[in-house]
Amino acid sequence: MQDYFFTLADALQAQLRGTETLLLSFDGEDSDFVRFNHGQVRQAGGVTRRALTLDLIEADRHAAGRAQLAGSLEQDMPVLRHLLNDLRGQRAHLPADPYLNYTTDGPSGETRVQSELPRRDHALEAIVDTSQGLDLVGIWAAGAIYAGFASSLGQRNWHTCESFNFDWSCYHTGDKAVKVNYAGLRWDSAELQSRMQDARADLEIMKRPPRTIEPGRYRVYLAPRALWEVLEMMAWGGFGLKSQRTGQSPLILMQTEGQRLDPAVNLSEHHGRGFEPPFTSEGFAKPERVSLVVNGAYRDSLIGARSAREYGARVNAAGEWPASLEMAPGTLAAREVIDALDTGLYVNNLWYPNFSDRNRARITGMTRFACFWVEGGEIRAPIDVMRFDDSIFRMLGENLLGLTHERELLLDPGTYGGRSSHSVELPGALIEGLAFTL
Amino acid sequence: MEPLLEQSAKRFAGRVPTVDFWSLRLVGEHKESLAVRQDVVQPPDTLVTRGAFITVIQAGGTGYAATSDLSVSGLLAAFERAREWALLTAPWSLLSTRDLTRCARTGGYETPVAEPWEGLSIEEKIGQLRTASRSLKIDDRIVDWWAWLVYRRIDTLLVSGCGAWIEQRFHIIDPGLKAVANMGSQTQVRTGGGARGARQGGLEQLKHLGFPDQGPRVAEEALMLLEAPECPEDRMDLLLMPSQMALQIHESIGHPLELDRILGDERNYAGTSFVTLDMFGHYRYGSTLLNVTFDPGCDGEAARYAFDDEGTPAERVHLIRNGLLQRPLGGASSQARTGLPGTASARACDWDRPPIDRMANLNIEPGQGSLAELVAGIERGVLMDTNRSWSIDDSRNKFQFGCELGRLIEDGELRGVVRNPNYRGISATFWRSLCAVGEQASFEVHGVTNCGKGEPNQMIHVGHASPPCVFRDVEVFGGGA
Repeated sequence: MQDYFFTLADALQAQLRGTETLLLSFDGEDSDFVRFNHGQVRQAGGVTRRALTLDLIEADRHAAGRAQLAGSLEQDMPVLRHLLNDLRGQRAHLPADPYLNYTTDGPSGETRVQSELPRRDHALEAIVDTSQGLDLVGIWAAGAIYAGFASSLGQRNWHTCESFNFDWSCYHTGDKAVKVNYAGLRWDSAELQSRMQDARADLEIMKRPPRTIEPGRYRVYLAPRALWEVLEMMAWGGFGLKSQRTGQSPLILMQTEGQRLDPAVNLSEHHGRGFEPPFTSEGFAKPERVSLVVNGAYRDSLIGARSAREYGARVNAAGEWPASLEMAPGTLAAREVIDALDTGLYVNNLWYPNFSDRNRARITGMTRFACFWVEGGEIRAPIDVMRFDDSIFRMLGENLLGLTHERELLLDPGTYGGRSSHSVELPGALIEGLAFTL
Repeated sequence: MEPLLEQSAKRFAGRVPTVDFWSLRLVGEHKESLAVRQDVVQPPDTLVTRGAFITVIQAGGTGYAATSDLSVSGLLAAFERAREWALLTAPWSLLSTRDLTRCARTGGYETPVAEPWEGLSIEEKIGQLRTASRSLKIDDRIVDWWAWLVYRRIDTLLVSGCGAWIEQRFHIIDPGLKAVANMGSQTQVRTGGGARGARQGGLEQLKHLGFPDQGPRVAEEALMLLEAPECPEDRMDLLLMPSQMALQIHESIGHPLELDRILGDERNYAGTSFVTLDMFGHYRYGSTLLNVTFDPGCDGEAARYAFDDEGTPAERVHLIRNGLLQRPLGGASSQARTGLPGTASARACDWDRPPIDRMANLNIEPGQGSLAELVAGIERGVLMDTNRSWSIDDSRNKFQFGCELGRLIEDGELRGVVRNPNYRGISATFWRSLCAVGEQASFEVHGVTNCGKGEPNQMIHVGHASPPCVFRDVEVFGGGA
């Protein structure tokens, strides 16, 4: 694949005229997708996808295009030549772009994330065997994800990451279920078995009569996967330079009025984690890490190429949304969480958050899957789903009681437009007085 | 139809090995995106996509393979991969192969277009966008402003080993305007001109969407919202404009009625449904004023088509009639699994995803009364316009939605603008509080361009048309910490 991309880049470079510059970005995947319901296979298949994005530049005028690739010069070059000509035609009618920004001296390089994936038949057999008797529903996704960059100035970059992501739930009845995920680079069927055993244990709790809680404020523990949903809302425009400069950040109070989160909150974009390509689609190299929140105060923004040119800043991200977010650990031992919670809600998963008031970082969302009522330091019952509505500034500010010392590395199971390579590394959070409304 | 797709299908059909059943769905898309942000012309973006989705049924199993290699060898290689998947998973297959549709139909469809996209040059389109952009920047407090115009031409060709040959061509226009007003730490956003609601057709659709003429109003309302009071917190009547009805229909009627959710396929991701199979035919979903149709023929609506992606002919049917639940949203396979009647709504978002149960055009039929008459019937309430926030539980029951703009209604008259209007409720009871449905003249076509569900994930466009509607005694509230 890498060889083909670079061959294609050379062939397209030969098509350029005069002082034209061409930037090429490649993205693709070879993915297995097996969907389960009721412990059986609902849909199974594979996707082979290769796409090329072209940015044709002359002086400060440019137009972009994107095409699916067949994988042979014979099929792809006629389509790409036609697209290049279209872009050339469009460019003639465009004014100069004041925010065009690409690197002319970026480093070439290659990264391959090493992995050990199982044979697909072995993986499916393991899933079916370990889930005997369970009402299992979910998806197995595995294979390689590719990204590449090439410019007519000579830069060449390539990134490959093979991974698996098995994301599933085990249902008791109705909406009472346990959510589990096993994702990574090296498959271990014993680890799958262990996680399935944990799910069976939690499912026994889900069989107890559920408790319906009344609207009001409750102490909660947000497990890392639930905290991820909250941070996704912070990330929705919260860390991008463009959204910050145009007043659209949900963290506008932190950026304009010095609002702070609890000093224990430290967030960074850890590009160096390595699942994502280390380069941007304009050829810029990403730094190892960008500090976003330090000791509860807003620090740096994520800056894409266009914003960097517009605001005179340095590019530090491919997009202005975290893709490798990290939260520093706290001091609360995971084994002490239930005791520290004492009486309240143990929330494993949140669902479908959105803003109630973006300016105040006030968000709403639902509990989902295995969330428990805890009383006197003991898990007593599953809860019926409940809506929360509260401010992130309260949740991670004045009402934050602590973050766990242990963290979880979570790989995004999302597959919109292709398998995601986003990930997070997060602790859990113990929070006082989270407001529940419905 | 793109000649390449037709050639690929014919060559493949002439060489494909014998199996119990095969189908080939070819998709070609040409998309152009133009935008002007803060009076700066953004680089135009052109997308050219071609790909194939092959399904094989063999020895009691079903498998698929998707590829963008449309050569005969590429398609045959994908066919082999699909067959391997069918054989591998046959022992664990949830569905009987009898439940899977085997299309043998022929037919076609093309979106009616009065004013083709190509009728305006790129210079003229950018000129319109620049004018629209300038019309949004009416004050220093407008800190970000956009005008955009997107066109999609999508060709699909479905062929099968049973003789199916269905060609469809869709033309979709997706424009929008956005103004962001800011003062200190208060920011308000207003959109219009068709934002988030694509339509089928050509450039003639722009005038139906208020593009580009709504620019000044969008900007003025964004400024107005900056200084408006918060929406009050109380239980009161709620008048939802069609731009918000689209979201209300989508989340709390459309998704709960999807058969694949009810059958449990979506429980790990998009969720389940409070609706169960035994409810169809007698469950009171809403007041007697509630009439909901699946209407794949509605003029200009985004999901107009003649066949779904499994080749089932599409026809208009009532899902809810006079408040009673009649039938679910579900394609041929889901209908076979349940024995229930459904809809031609097995749809795939692109060439690399399998068809699943989706919404298409899902509408609320008009009632009686002009907008003024609806307002006159409200003693104390809030009008809410244009969705901006959506959240609902995984059974599609407890919801909270927010809008860009609210207006108070007192003693049957519209009063001042309020900001951050939100409301919450429960689907199972909310629709029973429907007390007024606007007349045909107030009926508007909108839609949702980012409907997400499925594993692997799929995002697709759907249409929702509705008049404004009034709901009694709803919990409304505003923003603030």
